[in-house]
Amino acid sequence: MIGVTAFGGYVPRYRMSRMTIIQNMAWYFPVIMAVAGGEKAVANWDEDAVSMAVAAAYGCMAGKDRKALDGVFFASTTMPFADRLNAGIVAAALNAPEEGIANADFSACLKAGTTAAISALEAVASGERGSVLVAPSDLRKSKMATMAEMFIGDGAAALLFGKDDVIAEFKGSYSLNADFVDHYKGVGKDFDYMWEERWVRDEGFGKLIPQAIAGYLKKTGMQLADFDKVIYPCYFTGTHRGIAKKLGMDPSRVQDNMHNVCGDTGAAHPLLMFCAALEQAKPGDKLLLAGFGQGCDVLGFEVTDKIKNFRPARGAASSLAAKVDLPNYQKYTKFRDLITADLGIRGEANPNTSLTALWRKRKMILGFVGNKCTKCGTPQFPSLPMCVNPDCNEVGEFEDYEFADKSGKIQMFTGDMLSPSVDPPAVYGLVEFDGGGKAFLDFTDCDLNQVKVGMPIRMSFRRRMKDQARGFTGYFWKAVPKAQG
Amino acid sequence: MASGIKDKVAIIGMGCTRFGERWNDGPEELMVEAFQECIKDAGIDKDEIQAAWLGTCFDEVMVGKSALSASIALRLPNISVTRVENFCASGTEAFRGAVYAVASGACDIALAIGVEKLKDIGYGGLPEFSTAIGTTNALWFPNLTAPGGFAMLASGYAAKYGIDIMDVKRAMAHVSVKSHANGARNTKAHLRKQVTDEQVMNSPMIAFPLGLFDCCGVSDGSACAIVTTPEIAKSLGKNDIISVKALQLALSNGTEIGYKWDGAHFTTTTKASKAAYEEAGIKNPREEISMMEVHDCFSITELVTMEDLHISERGKAPTDIMDGFYDLNGKLPCQPDGGLKCFGHPIGASGLRMLYEMYNQLLGRAGDRQIDDPKFGLTHNLGGFPMMNVCSIAIIGKHGA
Repeated sequence: MIGVTAFGGYVPRYRMSRMTIIQNMAWYFPVIMAVAGGEKAVANWDEDAVSMAVAAAYGCMAGKDRKALDGVFFASTTMPFADRLNAGIVAAALNAPEEGIANADFSACLKAGTTAAISALEAVASGERGSVLVAPSDLRKSKMATMAEMFIGDGAAALLFGKDDVIAEFKGSYSLNADFVDHYKGVGKDFDYMWEERWVRDEGFGKLIPQAIAGYLKKTGMQLADFDKVIYPCYFTGTHRGIAKKLGMDPSRVQDNMHNVCGDTGAAHPLLMFCAALEQAKPGDKLLLAGFGQGCDVLGFEVTDKIKNFRPARGAASSLAAKVDLPNYQKYTKFRDLITADLGIRGEANPNTSLTALWRKRKMILGFVGNKCTKCGTPQFPSLPMCVNPDCNEVGEFEDYEFADKSGKIQMFTGDMLSPSVDPPAVYGLVEFDGGGKAFLDFTDCDLNQVKVGMPIRMSFRRRMKDQARGFTGYFWKAVPKAQG
Repeated sequence: MASGIKDKVAIIGMGCTRFGERWNDGPEELMVEAFQECIKDAGIDKDEIQAAWLGTCFDEVMVGKSALSASIALRLPNISVTRVENFCASGTEAFRGAVYAVASGACDIALAIGVEKLKDIGYGGLPEFSTAIGTTNALWFPNLTAPGGFAMLASGYAAKYGIDIMDVKRAMAHVSVKSHANGARNTKAHLRKQVTDEQVMNSPMIAFPLGLFDCCGVSDGSACAIVTTPEIAKSLGKNDIISVKALQLALSNGTEIGYKWDGAHFTTTTKASKAAYEEAGIKNPREEISMMEVHDCFSITELVTMEDLHISERGKAPTDIMDGFYDLNGKLPCQPDGGLKCFGHPIGASGLRMLYEMYNQLLGRAGDRQIDDPKFGLTHNLGGFPMMNVCSIAIIGKHGA
């Protein structure tokens, strides 16, 4: 049996009410009031598609052996690198093996996530791969006062496919390809160019999704009535409902399109919705999943008994619940670089990144892997040749020690208004990890007024810098204070 | 067995510029200004200087690498000149180089000069240092600044001793109020206005809990010293000889940031001060030290340093500060010249500027800041950040004391 062996989802902490957009921008384009309800997920300023994929991947992989991965497939239409394997960054952040693993980027289409899933399942089915992680993620920029701004949210999902402990058995797939250009984004462009909504709704979503589902049913000999839940994206909520009607399905069997709770998360969306469905699924449930974009992918699954033993460390429901309202529209536009605010001369410094140093220290920087002294047992960060314990100082007697999944406590901190930051004050401090070791770290996803010495933290992989002049993105790990304890 | 530096080297001349926003002067003008005062005070000819040390920190934005800037600005006679940099201890490092050269017998007379021209960068505060932390650190270090780094110490200190952070902030405020009162009496200080506790407490937040008035000024300046042996000093006709009693340096080894540390003290200062007292033959610093110039880059630094110097008991610095123990008319005046708070912190110059005040106090030249019959003056620099730093301590006093 092959299929899903673990899953996770990630929706960033900030939610912006669509009323906030309307209050700020309806003067310019009142049509946006047509989709006024609900809220959209807004990634923090230090997140991107890669960092969100890592968050979802850790949510999926907790309790699973990351060293057993032999494939990491990243899917996104907003990859930070056009030529540097983005999936390789995700894999490094997971401290996945470097030997005997095949990583790949799936891009250029909103169904890239489901296409990656089909490829992963085929790789597992062939016997070539044993454990493949698919991590779709999108952080799409949209122009101010557009329907895209209303519809689009940020988010990621992660699904582990394999043979052991399958929680949802794969029941085949069918793909339909059509160069239906409802929108496109040319190379080097920041924003999508969208065609008339009525055409996209009626001729795109409304026809291609039912057509592909019909193709799947014909190919597999299954009936739509066999499925307990049908999952397909469509950010036009009316059309989303209309497709169910067209398919002759009771609306209760259609997975919510999440427009109200986070917006459409692009390449991640079908799989994020799938995660939400799996979180509610019972053994024996059959799920039909479709991804849309220049055609349509359809995949069938049957949930097994093993679902009872699996809860993602972070999933769709838990990350949707962990939310903070972002009432400040200007802040959002600055986070997405839609407006120009001055960082000051102090913020101009822009040294390049030493790629040789990054290669040497890749485990330390991307994987947040420190050392554990095999002589005295002290976990330590950063990785240096001599043990930090003054009573030991042993040279070179270390094993890798992963800090990424460790909890810790704040020893000291500040909120710095002088430091150039997109979201001042820059909050940082010294963290003591449970089980030993400490590190001096930036904090993120926190409110200075709630941060206290002794507060627990967890770690989060974030974009550390973006070199606008050279196009490089640097990553490292930040501490997230848990204000609620 | 090493016998230490006590009474082996005498200071025969010092000079110090007015510190401030010296828009119309570069590092060369500042060095020459300090040097002219210094050589006149020493009463020697420039050609008698056999070796020199230059302390600067941000050479990238100021004088460039090497010590050529000092050699050329002062038109030194083709002697050895060495530029040293060790964060905020750079000025004291220059002094250490000159003092050790004389003590070793390698030369008779040596010069230490420090300078920093900070007001050439176009923005407030110290120069941004993302390019100066090392290639690997640049991949992961937090987005920190100097005030932020030290502000963290206030949170650690308050937590360790169970003191409300606002009570710590009130003691920190008095540190600044006291220094401003002293600086107001000093014509060479940059900031010369008295301030009130309310002004300090209500100043705009820079890095929680440090407000603007918890931070030292940012200034241009230079200071220098000429040193020789006590014998040569006597032969030059010096009667009141000021000699070096102790010179100690201690650097973090990664323990604070990566192993065990309470986040409420400076490991380096605790060790360096103990070694310095031993070198100087001081048993009870709270009683024997007459006055101090410590590294008050931020008010919290001075507060915590009072404990690391073994003068205030652990957890009791706020009480001593609020009792006026460190005020100019207190038991142990701290920052009689106004400190970094009023002088600002042209990094390479600061250690020598502190020694300049101690030297003048010991010679009875401190005017209306004069402390009654001082015996030992201590200077202290702390460069870097609480969890990773360089500490230097110097003690000078009357020769033979």
